[in-house]
Amino acid sequence: MLYRETGQFKTSYQADQAIFPIAQDRWFIFGIIAIAVFVVPFLIDDYGANAVLLPFLVYAMAAIGLNILTGYCGQLSLGTGGFMAVGAYSTYKLFTAFPDLNLIVIVILSGLITAAVGVLFGLPSLRIKGFYLAVATLASQFFLVWMFNKFGWFYNYNMTGMINMPASTMFGLQLTGPGAHPAVRYLFCLGFVLVFALVAKNIVRGRLGREWMAIRDMDIAAEIIGIRPLYAKLSAFAVSSFYVGMAGALYFGIWLSSAEPVEAFDINQSFLVLFMIIIGGLGSIMGSFLGAAFIVLMPLVLKNFMVDGLDIAVVTAKHVEIITMGMLIIFFLIVEPHGLARLWTIAKEKLRLWPFPH
Amino acid sequence: MKFAKLTKVALAAAVVAPMLSATVLADLKVPSMDYRTGPYAPNGIPFANGYSDYLSLLNERDGGIEGVKIVNPSCETAYNTKQGVECYEKLKDGALVFQPLSTGITYQLIPRTIVDKVPVYSMGYGRTSAANGKIFPYVFNFPATYWSQATALVQYIADQEGGMDKLKGKKIYLVHHNSAYGKEPIRTLESMAAKYGFTYRSLPVDHPGQEQKATWLQIRREKPDWVLMWGWGVMNQVAVKEAASIRFPMDHFIGVWWSGSENDVLPAGDAADGYLSGAFHAAGAGFPVHADIKKHVYGNGKGKGEIDRVGEVLYNRGMVAAMWTTEAIRNAMKIHGTKDVTGEMVRDGFETLKVDEARLAELGMKDFTYGIQITCENHEGPGKVAVQQWDAKAKKWSMVSKFYEPLRDITGPLIAEDSAAFAKENNITPRDCN
Repeated sequence: MLYRETGQFKTSYQADQAIFPIAQDRWFIFGIIAIAVFVVPFLIDDYGANAVLLPFLVYAMAAIGLNILTGYCGQLSLGTGGFMAVGAYSTYKLFTAFPDLNLIVIVILSGLITAAVGVLFGLPSLRIKGFYLAVATLASQFFLVWMFNKFGWFYNYNMTGMINMPASTMFGLQLTGPGAHPAVRYLFCLGFVLVFALVAKNIVRGRLGREWMAIRDMDIAAEIIGIRPLYAKLSAFAVSSFYVGMAGALYFGIWLSSAEPVEAFDINQSFLVLFMIIIGGLGSIMGSFLGAAFIVLMPLVLKNFMVDGLDIAVVTAKHVEIITMGMLIIFFLIVEPHGLARLWTIAKEKLRLWPFPH
Repeated sequence: MKFAKLTKVALAAAVVAPMLSATVLADLKVPSMDYRTGPYAPNGIPFANGYSDYLSLLNERDGGIEGVKIVNPSCETAYNTKQGVECYEKLKDGALVFQPLSTGITYQLIPRTIVDKVPVYSMGYGRTSAANGKIFPYVFNFPATYWSQATALVQYIADQEGGMDKLKGKKIYLVHHNSAYGKEPIRTLESMAAKYGFTYRSLPVDHPGQEQKATWLQIRREKPDWVLMWGWGVMNQVAVKEAASIRFPMDHFIGVWWSGSENDVLPAGDAADGYLSGAFHAAGAGFPVHADIKKHVYGNGKGKGEIDRVGEVLYNRGMVAAMWTTEAIRNAMKIHGTKDVTGEMVRDGFETLKVDEARLAELGMKDFTYGIQITCENHEGPGKVAVQQWDAKAKKWSMVSKFYEPLRDITGPLIAEDSAAFAKENNITPRDCN
């Protein structure tokens, strides 16, 4: 009843092609963004930032990146952890070499460096496809992590091979290091995610995104109608790695502020982000957010509910949590193989007809 | 109806309960960060049991510390840094001290403790240079650090070879977990190799350490005189088995103190006989404190683990950690003259902690470990390490050496260098300890 587009007339092409053509959608999203920007920073505490919102934002960014490559361009990648490591180590090296550089610039530069590395590792995609490409990207995962662990230059030859984010300030507010306010760190990440989610949404709606989708749906047909696979695939690798690199920069620089390559960027990291986009919805920016929320928040909700709510022993709760997560993933994939984003769309369609579906 | 009634009762209870508890002293919150799941669980479980059981012992036998009960909420980290951060944030309100039992998590917590004013007691692990109390006021890593231990193990080797001058030309290899933890001793061993003239080489093993064939092939080919190991979890038992399969002499294979528990040697059976490891406390359940734990904790059905496993090496490690922690809390109560202590006061308790042999005897731990004294500059304490040996027939660990003093002329400059780097990164001015 409330959710209906009747009476909303589009008088320009611009209005017709808006990201959220239905006014209710638009207000809903604006509402959420307004809450995220103007309300949450006043409520956020250390737990909310370090355990809930920063992981969510970081993984949402990484999921958007992988979704561009896998969801939109159809190139399966298992190298996300390695590319996040490139972003993180770029941030570390840039920040320790140029401590006066603004952190916004550093994060973007880290993304660009990762994009270059991504293009390099994307070259095999011109010859191999599908599972074979997955194996090639897997090699990049192992190679990159090994490299950061092996060569002292990457961690400034310190004694443990661990990288630590030095303290820094931005506009007079402490952003990294001990004593940084959770709201500042949250807003920094939120800013990046909002701006670049909008950019991603517009890229995938434009010429580039259409090329990627054509390649994804049938590469030979795409080639015949004049899409250059070299350009399309490598641009997908570049843009995707740019996002994943920025996610790695935020992951290390803002969220964890210290990391060691083997644990922080291991193969599980790649799987986690891949699961996010599969559960959230391949080929959907919204799905990246939903998937990240599901994978990051669900274990916390389950754990806190079982331990604090039902008073179950911690270790039992952990086992139940692992089992429940597995079952929920299978359940969602059976009920809706196209992910949570598809469920979201179906819900909206149903809502439009409600309460008179016939 | 019934539900509404229930909610009312619950609401009333929720309102009344805080009023009631306000009249009594607040409990002492000593949280546990356990890992009873994941690849490191076989080592995490006995430590967690020992830690919790000792706290339960104080509650059951003495009614807590100086009459104040201890509460011990726990949180599962699975030895994973990100889950460790979540656990820390969840448990930190009112917590008196953290014992993360993970180098990765310790690194995460070190900068946070400065702001949250909660001490981290990383007993014999974590960041070695945190021994410098001038720069790390909230971190304690007594009774010894990895670097002290590396110097102790090399001294043990020298004793077997017939003196420090006999080390010249020997080959000493290090098999290590390829992480911040495993890399800790490298710099120390490198500077010792340069000083004493032995050949040193490090052989990294990637997490979780199941795959070590190539490592041990290399050892077989290059025949080092001694092999040291910095391992944890499943890596330890795989290494002992691999060493046995290439017939490497077990009494020339020395593990760090985290590579010297029953779990690490039992899978290799008789082949593990003679394997050595570092230690700073005794093994076995033959001390009065164990009898008390069996009687007061397991006798009352409060034990966390199985009674037969009381006295395992890692169980004792958890127990001794809890002992020093609770002594620090007791000390904090004494110096601040209050039973209602905070994390900041417990930090002071740690910094002036003195647990000598007489006190150990009172606690039922005579000859269990050595006496310690912590000062403002030195958060490592004495740094003494002995070597223990596994007897596969009797299935028992026993001490085979004296406690070696660390070579501070080697570790001192390294600690100064690394802690200064931390201070520079985080704009910390070293405090004055006088």
